[in-house]
Amino acid sequence: MTGHDFGSTTLTVAGRNFKTTMTNPGLALRPILGPLVFFAAFAGGLSAVGRTPGFDFSSGYTAFQFAFIMLQGALFVGLFCGLALARDLQSGFIRRLMLAARDRRGIVVGYVLAGLGVTMIATTVLLGVALLCGMQLDGDLLDVAGMYSLALVICAAGALWSMGVAFRMRTVQAAPLMQTPGFLGLFLAPAFVPYALLEGWIRPIARVNPITQLVEGARGFVSGRPEDLLLTYGVAAALLSVLAIWTLTGLRRAERIA
Amino acid sequence: MTTLQQFAWLTRRAVVRTLRQPAAAFPALLFPLILLAVVAAGLGSATDIPGFPADSYLQFALAGAFVQAAMVGGINSGADLAVDIESGLLDRLALTPLRRWALLLGQLSGAVTLALLAGVLYLAIGLLFGVEIAAGVGGVAVILALAVVSALAFAALSALLALRTGSSEAVHGAFPLTFLLLTFSSFYLPRTLIDVDWFKALATYNPVSYLIEGVRSLYIDGWDSQALALGFGLGAAIVAIGIACASAALKGRLAHR
Repeated sequence: MTGHDFGSTTLTVAGRNFKTTMTNPGLALRPILGPLVFFAAFAGGLSAVGRTPGFDFSSGYTAFQFAFIMLQGALFVGLFCGLALARDLQSGFIRRLMLAARDRRGIVVGYVLAGLGVTMIATTVLLGVALLCGMQLDGDLLDVAGMYSLALVICAAGALWSMGVAFRMRTVQAAPLMQTPGFLGLFLAPAFVPYALLEGWIRPIARVNPITQLVEGARGFVSGRPEDLLLTYGVAAALLSVLAIWTLTGLRRAERIA
Repeated sequence: MTTLQQFAWLTRRAVVRTLRQPAAAFPALLFPLILLAVVAAGLGSATDIPGFPADSYLQFALAGAFVQAAMVGGINSGADLAVDIESGLLDRLALTPLRRWALLLGQLSGAVTLALLAGVLYLAIGLLFGVEIAAGVGGVAVILALAVVSALAFAALSALLALRTGSSEAVHGAFPLTFLLLTFSSFYLPRTLIDVDWFKALATYNPVSYLIEGVRSLYIDGWDSQALALGFGLGAAIVAIGIACASAALKGRLAHR
């Protein structure tokens, strides 16, 4: 097994998937338009929530929602990587790819890299539109880089989760199983108000939900006051490590069946 | 077979078909509940916004679940009709002396069944979590009636789409549209508390706002004749237009056979 083998498999799969997504209008528009619609809906329709007593996000409700929608869009790009993999598993493409690739971890990394590429584009479009609409971005360039890094982390996490499911189920009918935990994980974080304003049963859940730390971290970058960076990136690393194990054990299972 | 018997037979078929497809019925019942749970928990502190009309966000948001279930049930009903078109059943029925309106209205009964099931479930869950109905016991029947009108409205539009496209995939593809209608309405906040002008205008022109506000008024205000008239009036108008257009589409489809 050589590094070249891993690298060429990774680049081939990443290039193919990125090109497939970006040259198909149906696939390319979904990750770009989806977050824009949610941004319009949440930042526009819920702006009065910024008047809730105790709401103290200095950059305003639009910026508060931007961070959440950015991560939501990135997560869904990641989740769609698993759907693409399931489709390729069903069509037999992955079986043929496994015969050609000696280090099959390159397949996993290739799908993730393609998702990260799409996330970069979708996040940039969202940020551009948000700034054009007058969103107050108080972070500097370094904070913007931090924001992007968290979008990439959550995209990779979504991709690893959904690909682990895809390797085990090998059918696109597993889509709800890929997407529902992601949807729940996201909305069981402080989606609409800061953690301090959460009430009832959701509060203890949000406290232990790793996505909470990523959402709060992204909001810190948007406001130019990032806090608990060590904790944020520690949670990100732990999340990615656990999900990488989940995906690679799924890959091993798929290899045995193939 | 009389026209009424035809209608009864097709209604029975649609109801049994709906109840025998748990994979389709469960998401229609449960997805609105999941969304309600996360939104009510996440936006619970919105009741502290000056001018918010209820003390509990669950009491405010519950109405949206009835309309969302009606939307999903309507899409399912249209998809069932599209499957009948794809499988050739509609062509075979066209060879019988079946009346067009019996076929169409019978098909819509599946959505009504689902809306009633969802309505009873959401009413029970609301009561379980201490949500009071300001209109009292009489309000329960009106809430269910408005849920049925909403289901008929979306089922009629969905049937029109099925008859125009003849594709269940196309009907299922309309699901994001229903989500947009819900999102750009007064689902999350009352229209009086929407600050952004363009959003407020969208919510004001969106009929879904009035279907939600009709149910919501019974939970929060009691008997608000204006909210109920708008809810039932707009719902009935959509049903009438939807059925008329779907009937014309059915006539056109059968004429080409």
